Amino acid sequence: MQLTLWTYEGPPHIGAMRVATAMRGLHYVLHAPQGDTYADLLFTMIERRDARPPVTYTTFQARDLGADTAAIFQSAVAEAHARFQPEAMIVGASCTAELIQDDPGGLARALDLPIPVIPLELPAYQKKENWGAAETLYRLVRALADPSATRTPRTDRRPLCNILGPTALGFRHRDDLVEVRGLLAALGIDVNVVAPLGASPADLGRLGAADLNVVLYPEIARPAALHLQKTFGQPMIETVPIGIQATRRFVAEVAAAAGVDPAPVLDGPGSRLPWYSRSVDSTYLTDKRVFIFGDATHALAAARVAAAELGFRVVGLGTYTREFAREVRAEAALHGIEATITDDYLDVEAAIQAAQPDLVLGTQMERHIAKRLGLPCAVISAPIHVQDFPARHAPQMGFEGANVLFDTWVHPLMMGLEEHLLGMFREDAEFHGAAAPSHLPRHGGAPPPVAHAEPAVPTGDIVLAWASEAEKELKKIPFFVRGKARANTERFARERALPLITVETLYDAKAHFGR
Amino acid sequence: MNAHAPVPSPAAGCDIRHERGQRAVFCGLTGIVWLHRKIQDAFFLVVGSRTCAHLIQSAAGVMIFAEPRFATAIIDERDLAGLADANEELDRVVGRLIERRPDIRLLFLVGSCPSEVIKLDLGRAAERLSRNLHPGVRVLSYSGSGIETTFTQGEDACLAALVPEMPQARDAAPRLLVVGALADVVEDQFARIFADLGLADIRFLPARRAGEMPALGPGTRYLLAQPFLADTARALEARGATRIPAPFPLGIEGTTAWLRAAAEAFDVPADRFARVTAPGRARAETALEPHRARLAGKRVFFFPDSQLELPLSRFLSREMGTALVEVGTPYLHRQHHAPDLALLPAGTRVVEGQSLDAQMDRCRAARPDLTVCGLGLANPLEAEGFATKWSIELLFTPIQGYDQAGDLAELFARPLKRRARLEV
Repeated sequence: MQLTLWTYEGPPHIGAMRVATAMRGLHYVLHAPQGDTYADLLFTMIERRDARPPVTYTTFQARDLGADTAAIFQSAVAEAHARFQPEAMIVGASCTAELIQDDPGGLARALDLPIPVIPLELPAYQKKENWGAAETLYRLVRALADPSATRTPRTDRRPLCNILGPTALGFRHRDDLVEVRGLLAALGIDVNVVAPLGASPADLGRLGAADLNVVLYPEIARPAALHLQKTFGQPMIETVPIGIQATRRFVAEVAAAAGVDPAPVLDGPGSRLPWYSRSVDSTYLTDKRVFIFGDATHALAAARVAAAELGFRVVGLGTYTREFAREVRAEAALHGIEATITDDYLDVEAAIQAAQPDLVLGTQMERHIAKRLGLPCAVISAPIHVQDFPARHAPQMGFEGANVLFDTWVHPLMMGLEEHLLGMFREDAEFHGAAAPSHLPRHGGAPPPVAHAEPAVPTGDIVLAWASEAEKELKKIPFFVRGKARANTERFARERALPLITVETLYDAKAHFGR
Repeated sequence: MNAHAPVPSPAAGCDIRHERGQRAVFCGLTGIVWLHRKIQDAFFLVVGSRTCAHLIQSAAGVMIFAEPRFATAIIDERDLAGLADANEELDRVVGRLIERRPDIRLLFLVGSCPSEVIKLDLGRAAERLSRNLHPGVRVLSYSGSGIETTFTQGEDACLAALVPEMPQARDAAPRLLVVGALADVVEDQFARIFADLGLADIRFLPARRAGEMPALGPGTRYLLAQPFLADTARALEARGATRIPAPFPLGIEGTTAWLRAAAEAFDVPADRFARVTAPGRARAETALEPHRARLAGKRVFFFPDSQLELPLSRFLSREMGTALVEVGTPYLHRQHHAPDLALLPAGTRVVEGQSLDAQMDRCRAARPDLTVCGLGLANPLEAEGFATKWSIELLFTPIQGYDQAGDLAELFARPLKRRARLEV
């Protein structure tokens, strides 16, 4: 049993829904109690989809448990088939139905429907949302990709590529797809099938016709791509094109696999990020301490971009995607830190407090932690929020994605000169203690008064006293770094067993911890 | 749960039908979203699956609170395989929780579909934990599972669990108990009106703090403020309280009838009642007027959701002049709804239960001017050209009483106003 305040991922059947909802002509019959239908609102409210997900729930109740829940499931399958006329169906159970062991696959098979019906086994008490999406895509590809599909000789056609991974309710999947399609088009590569987003079961049948597979989100598409690699000998490109370097590497790898010249793209206009990052205005970004947490794809990419392309210092890196813990640990080691691999929100909160970052790049959960701690934050990963489906084009991938990363990560920070002035003139009425970045009016005012507003290292037995002069001096430090200054000073005093923190202690600590 | 009271429908005029099939409703866990704010030192620990945790955070408008007073103890395969003793695990989780939140005085263990199916006895667990945590924390349990409760029935189950906790009054003095979670501002308004009517001992269930649950005695008369409290009512009556039948306090007519029922039960003179309620009625009349032009004559379709559908449709039809195409409700408690049913126009089609696809077909065929439905259906219906009001807002907004009547009308008028306003 695990105590959970917030969960980073839903149960695995939500992953299956993300795949089913992304596709056309597929219907999902889910054996589930009433209440599980809440999942519809993820798609219709958060993603603002204009149609209900193609999901029929059996919505059994307690009185049905003593009767025949299997019959309820069978009639739901039959009715869904008759009403929606899908090309193919997937069937499975949610957490509660898993316990009553009705065998949805066997029950559906017994109906002998004239379409492919693919059973899903998604163990709800072991696995989570992204695993469920990956397993569902894999099962669909395995069942529907026509093994007799053949590639025509390359001599009389352009290279063909499948794009695997974008789903419904994915973090910027919609916009990433546009960018990646653009890169492929510029390389002279045609897209065979995009899956699951927009694909029909018949489209999955044609997967074997492509020369290679591009895996945009390894959490979701790796098992399917491995299967295709084995079955059709299609190479898979798993480099996630987030950031300048990764995008260039992606272009080179795809071009090599497809046998085309990468130069038209690599020598093209590219992104503004490199120049923006080199321009003198950005020098204040140097060594900004950044804490990164998200799914593996986005956390790994963010760490590389933050360090190598924006000049930040990565002081925290973690993921809730345990399946990719090894990769994230390896990346963290490159930054000289230990990765935070957890799906416990409280652990992440503690790690952020300990790392004392200047900027948090995380999920909506970390946005809340950052708000409580008075830290700037940008959202880089699911779990998502209605705000993560902006009306404008806002990709993470490709050259335009790099532009978006520069803007969204730098924007929450205090601008360079402003930061200096705030530091110099604390007495100015407009630069009061709680002054927030002037270009962020809605963030004005003090952070909400919460117990943890100024995180302090546990004080142990030593009672740390602040001289009133030192307390006053502390107030001259901008609020967004004041918590850090207080904690550092107290730690400094504790380590030296100083009975009273004076102005001198404050500056001694500053010199000691100064970077 | 929800065995219907064996009382024949007094509303012979309504066309009441039953439907079974796929339902698009929340489970009772959803009530935690408002209950955890209502009882300020209570914490709700769902014992369930990742789905339960995901549901609550999704229903809560996705993470609106930095530090909520609810959480989920997620059952994992070790618990199911019997490798971990579920009760020991629960004790460990509760220990960690109480350590983190020493301000908690009342802890609800909330049962879920999985905990019900594996027959985890949360009642016994609550007794054990209560003993262990005595006297700092009281631990109670109820079920919010989808197999047993629909949406607002979670509040019913929670309040029913509180009834045995209510102290026994020492005397048989007449006292009024208002039952059902109301917004604090609404509760305060009602308390002032009852005081002006001369009622001395007025209490509310749930109280805002765990240690302040009102006393019950043979002289207790209770007034339901919410229409979904069947089990709570039964538990109160088992302790000797008697119900004051009334329509629910929505709109001017509902609020007046609701207050009058209490006033008559406590022998408040009619002229005093008229004098005390006159200012509120007048204010509400002023507040409703601007919305009538937009709502009058409009055809409204209710999908089943909160069990508030009947009193809401009574308000819309009698005070705002709307026509009712269909009034869906997940359950219809004949007895508690009798006063509202009696006020509905003859022939109103009331559908208890749901068969989602069939109901959507009826809705599409009827082409109502306004459809009241859950969050999963609202945008798809909007995309098909229907104006919708998402019904969960009717739970999260203060709508009861005179001074909220205008806000209630506005909730229904806003989608229509918005459609008229937009030029894109």
